[in-house]
Amino acid sequence: MTQLALVIDLNVCVGCHACVTSCKQWNTSGTAGPLQDLNPYGENPTGTFFNRVQTFEVGAFPDTQTVHFPKSCLHCEDPPCVPVCPTGASYKRKEDGIVLVDYDKCIGCKYCAWACPYGARELDEGRKVMTKCTLCVDRVCSDTLPEEERKPACVMACPTNARLFGDVHDENSEVSVAIRERGGYALMPEWDTKPANHYLPRKITELIDEAKL
Amino acid sequence: MLDLLRATPPVHDPLKPALPGSTHEVKKTTCYMCACRCGIRVHLRDGEVRYIDGNPDHPLNKGVICAKGSSGIMKQQSPARLTVPLKRKPGSARGDGDFVECSWDEVFDTLAERLGKIRATDPKKFALFTGRDQMQALTGLWARNYGTPNYAAHGGFCSVNMAAGMIYTIGGSFWEFGGPDLDHAKLFVMIGTAEDHHSNPLKIALSKFKRAGGRFISINPVRTGYSAIADEWIPIKPGTDGALFMALIHELIRTGEYDQEFVAEYTNAQDLVDLDSGLIVGKGDALEGAQTIDGKATKPAFELLKERVADCTPEWAGKITGIPAARIVKLAREMGETAMRQSFELPIAWTDTYGREHKSVIGRPVAFHAMRGLAAHSNGFHTIRALSILMTMLGVIDRPGGFRHKPPFPKAIPPGVRPPKSWDDIQPNKPLGAAPLGFPTSPDDLSVGPDNEPIRIDKGFSWDHPLSAHGLMQNVITNAWRGDPYRIDTLMIFMANMAWNSTMNTSQVREMLNDRDEGGEYKIPFIVVCDAFASEMTAYADLILPDTTYLERHDAMSLLDRPISEFDGPVDSVRIPVVPPKGQCKPFQEVLIELGSRLKLPVFTNADGTRKYKGYEDFIINYETAPGSGIGFLSGWRGPEGDKALVGEPNPKQWEMYAENDCVFHYELPIGQQYMRNWNRDYLEFAKDVGFNGSLEPIRIHIYSQVLQTFRLAAQGKRPGKQPPEHLRERIETHFDPLPFWSPPLEYAATDLEKYPLNAVTQRPMAMYHSWDSQNAWLRQIHSHNYLMVNPVTAQAAGIADGGWIWVESQWGKLRCMCRYSEAVEPGTVWTWNAIGKSRGAWNLGPQANESVKGFLLNHVIAEELPFGDRKISNSDPVTGQAGWYDVRVRIYPAAADEPQETWPRFAPMKHMPGTGLVKKVQAYFAGTK
Amino acid sequence: MKPAFSVIFLTTLCGMAQGLMLALVGADVIGGGHTTPLAARDFFVGGAVICLILGGLGLFASFFHLGRPERFWRSAAMWRTSWLSREVIAVPAFLGLCALYGWAHYTGQRWAPIAGVACALAALALWVCTAMIYACLRFIREWASAYTLANFVLLGCASGFTAACVWAAWAAPAWVPAYLQATYLFLIVALAVRLLMLRRNAGLKPGSTVQSAIGINNPRIQQKSMGAMGGTFNTREFFHGKSALFIKNARIVFLLLIFPGSTLLLALAERYVNGLLLIAALVVQYLGLLAERWFFFAQANHPQNLYYQVVS
Repeated sequence: MTQLALVIDLNVCVGCHACVTSCKQWNTSGTAGPLQDLNPYGENPTGTFFNRVQTFEVGAFPDTQTVHFPKSCLHCEDPPCVPVCPTGASYKRKEDGIVLVDYDKCIGCKYCAWACPYGARELDEGRKVMTKCTLCVDRVCSDTLPEEERKPACVMACPTNARLFGDVHDENSEVSVAIRERGGYALMPEWDTKPANHYLPRKITELIDEAKL
Repeated sequence: MLDLLRATPPVHDPLKPALPGSTHEVKKTTCYMCACRCGIRVHLRDGEVRYIDGNPDHPLNKGVICAKGSSGIMKQQSPARLTVPLKRKPGSARGDGDFVECSWDEVFDTLAERLGKIRATDPKKFALFTGRDQMQALTGLWARNYGTPNYAAHGGFCSVNMAAGMIYTIGGSFWEFGGPDLDHAKLFVMIGTAEDHHSNPLKIALSKFKRAGGRFISINPVRTGYSAIADEWIPIKPGTDGALFMALIHELIRTGEYDQEFVAEYTNAQDLVDLDSGLIVGKGDALEGAQTIDGKATKPAFELLKERVADCTPEWAGKITGIPAARIVKLAREMGETAMRQSFELPIAWTDTYGREHKSVIGRPVAFHAMRGLAAHSNGFHTIRALSILMTMLGVIDRPGGFRHKPPFPKAIPPGVRPPKSWDDIQPNKPLGAAPLGFPTSPDDLSVGPDNEPIRIDKGFSWDHPLSAHGLMQNVITNAWRGDPYRIDTLMIFMANMAWNSTMNTSQVREMLNDRDEGGEYKIPFIVVCDAFASEMTAYADLILPDTTYLERHDAMSLLDRPISEFDGPVDSVRIPVVPPKGQCKPFQEVLIELGSRLKLPVFTNADGTRKYKGYEDFIINYETAPGSGIGFLSGWRGPEGDKALVGEPNPKQWEMYAENDCVFHYELPIGQQYMRNWNRDYLEFAKDVGFNGSLEPIRIHIYSQVLQTFRLAAQGKRPGKQPPEHLRERIETHFDPLPFWSPPLEYAATDLEKYPLNAVTQRPMAMYHSWDSQNAWLRQIHSHNYLMVNPVTAQAAGIADGGWIWVESQWGKLRCMCRYSEAVEPGTVWTWNAIGKSRGAWNLGPQANESVKGFLLNHVIAEELPFGDRKISNSDPVTGQAGWYDVRVRIYPAAADEPQETWPRFAPMKHMPGTGLVKKVQAYFAGTK
Repeated sequence: MKPAFSVIFLTTLCGMAQGLMLALVGADVIGGGHTTPLAARDFFVGGAVICLILGGLGLFASFFHLGRPERFWRSAAMWRTSWLSREVIAVPAFLGLCALYGWAHYTGQRWAPIAGVACALAALALWVCTAMIYACLRFIREWASAYTLANFVLLGCASGFTAACVWAAWAAPAWVPAYLQATYLFLIVALAVRLLMLRRNAGLKPGSTVQSAIGINNPRIQQKSMGAMGGTFNTREFFHGKSALFIKNARIVFLLLIFPGSTLLLALAERYVNGLLLIAALVVQYLGLLAERWFFFAQANHPQNLYYQVVS
């Protein structure tokens, strides 16, 4: 069974936010849109985004790591947001494992957001329905886009190619190989949600020929 | 009814077309959300922009796109767009923000009359200064034809030290001029680089480099952006990089772990320097050892360098930079041993200028990248000279794995363009006798009059800043206001926010823009601003020309300007409109062509006085640098059939051919001409043929700069020709040292360093370019305001809480903002994102927008001038005039509990301008439903 | 979490209705002989109407929680997996049985007590559904325990029996003493459970840490930017936005109002046989319940908050 997912390489993410706005522009005019912005030119502008890049500082000066951390829906294999939905608007596609919201069924009760430990869902304040990363299902499953562009918008945009995309159930896929060889990990494993998305850790290349120096 | 209790199939089909029945179209053009200039595809739905993605066939970005490029739609939607020409309301005061709509006819009539009069009497009284506009070839040509020396872009404020310091040493520089070859490098050292310049190509390369196992060291006071993914971060104090480089050179010489053959062969290291005059008097054959030539005691230049760095020990540099001496020693060894012991050869045959044939090129896998962190200091020129010499000693210049030029670079040292030399070059109704900007080779090339009075309003190329290759935009308003060196009449600003972030000492500069003399006349009588948005600067205009956005215009990113070349050959590109201009917006280049034609500037006028070009497109196709030269703005698809490259007759179908070819022309050099181009015979012949260079002479690296020595000699009174004024002799003698040296930034001498213990710097976030993205509804959600980032140790010592309101005070001024603790900044430095803070109402943001309530601009506490004896002098590098805006020293302390929780200073809100949009409370963009 | 008043009203009003219904049915089943048949009829019919009004108000309030209330009917679909969906079925079922019970008494049906028992069972089922909506979210550790159910049931009973006291004082004074005794009992047990719940929650260790949230093992990790500065749904929905002092005070207020406050007023009402004091007890207790439910939401610490700490 196919489980599409993103694998995000924290070793090369420079925190440029390309994935954030490329997602926004693709989806606002797509089947998941429009994605509203409130106070777009005023105080505390806020809007619906499916993807955010956050920044963490790890360690203390001078041994500080600055970690840029993109976060969107992890498309859990056991998504806690799906069974709680009273209407069935929240569902996981059988054919590719993408977790979606049916915007025409959603009553905007927000319970799915409560049930997501990752804060991956955002209520669209204009349409009053829950929204989330669709893994660009309308690109991935498009029959009009060229084959090589049937990837999420964020993956196409990412300048450092920090976002790998593929089937984590296919052990030969690029994403499975990366998870295996680079120590890919899932977020908050303590909840057994089995996120399909994985993260690749930082890898430090030490001094060249340290022994010789 | 039972449906109620049953799960039903999805109602909303996520795969169905979002707007059934709509038409779709894809147009290619070039991005301009920053200066990177990536190829983009604009997807239109029913004529509205539905999506912008990277053009996968473009050599620069190879299909990727950044946060800014992905937000281009919001630039089109912005309610801050100016859509009609505006003039200051008759009777209202400048700066009050009262404007009335006028017609383009009125604009052109007004300007043609006013500028015509100035041109016929005293053309220098017209000044044209521009931002990061990517059309300096055209604006420069226009200014030259108009006859004013008072033209420059924003380079003086930006990174002229980086350009001049390297061009005067190796004949090229970073970014558009050259860059790190990360495909072959094993060690990459990035110094003083934030996350802006050449952004997508560098991101692509960094990722590939890291995945290939390369080692990445970042030397920077702050760890953000690219530095975040460095394998090692070496924190350094701002303005001390030069000391680090001097110590690294010291170490390379001490250990001998450097490319002695390269230094001997390809630089002036063996040239013999007359110890008395400091001039090169002959060529030697060794790096060391005194010789006597014609009775003159000489030493090889390299020996002088060795003597120079003799005291620059790692311990010495450690105290200055804050980097432990042992780490400096290790860094030098890492660089030297990687360059020398991990070198490799590529089997690429080439011939040098001495006719020697080489079977291969040698790779030295140590790459560098540096930018404004080095440049924006008043000691930046010599810091960058030192970096260039360090790179040279590692043998990495235009070699695989090191630094590689991008044609048309390398150029002669210095390139063969000179600024005006005397008042004779400025004559009524005549073009300027020289290019407005250039590269002086000696004091005789300076733009000064007989009494050493500066010819340029910004005092560029004067004794104040002799090698100011990009001008000093940062001093234009202050100088014009003071009438020093003279008063001007009309100041035309294109796309530069000189009432806000493109100026230092912002509060006072805003007052200068409004100031009047005793007679009630404005000290700067007439200000014309061309911009696409209602920026802070537009409030101070007498006339506002609404520019188009990048999606609405033709543009040429020309080889005559600063193109997007690759290592393997020259590349130029174009923009082609994908949507019609909004309202009455008109591209500035069309304005220039129209105005130039009305003023009958020679380049735009036929011999019989009739208009030469219909408009910009026509101009780009048909203009040639000289009659019949075959060289124009665009190098691709030249010749009547479009089958010629670089040189050829004009091609009437050139725009169409660019449009058919991804809007980009990439000329790939034969492999034998891709390396060692300073000394590559075939390349230099090619470069001469296509007009990149004037000579076939090898471009030997200037370890010892005789150009600088000529200025020093003048200062010492040992050289005939132009002589510096007395008050500048010592400054010139000190700073025109033919060898690099480190000295503290000039501002420190005028600062109580104990009272102001901290360095304050800014950098640009990757998701915002300069000031112009605050009107972008998506990007401003990422950065709506800014904090001062402070090491917790520093903050706690000052009694400042994380998130607390604080005062930041320099000797020049103070501001109030919020503090954020950060472990990713060295304790002696504080920093913030540049140009997030905005003046109230500017960019059509609401009066309570975070940008003006919580955002702040550090420029308020940075001075544009320093005291100099009983005078004032620009706060700039004494060699190049690069603004020293990273030199400011501050102290921080908590704001009182009863103070308002908002940033200070705040200004009266800008008024809503006619023609700009109404601000919506909710925005739900969905292309094609307009 | 940010407490939503729609849900606070829903759970408190319905809870009171459920408790009141238990009080009615209890009297109906075990104590039918204490009053005259006619008075009893009025008491049960009126009580059922009050339950309907309270439950109806709660239901009405719940609509304000929905972004798209016009689609409310869809929310019954996923009863197999969703406790919310089950609640959506249980609420009308309970209200329907309330109506049936009232109608049965009104028309003098002999099986009225049976309808009452069915309605009481529905009330219990509704508590299970309501409580499980919260208790099933295992990573919200303040909610994920049997205390949630016990607390909902006990506070519902306490408030329902308090309401029964008031209603009985009006319609069936003979039953007031028994209701009062039951109310005291529920209040005491509810207090004990609530205190235990508070103690448990105060000692909870978060199930997730910033280390597990971003998958980096370093004791010192601090967020510097959440990627948006003007706020997002995630900063609005999951943070109460109040100070620690406010939270502490809310706890004191609800504990005082519900337990000593309403108990004292009930005792005074009993001592002075004063109906107004009974009403005062109910009002004070209900205000306490609103505070308790506000606190219940505010105290819940959602792991998603680890991602939404700091802007810069």
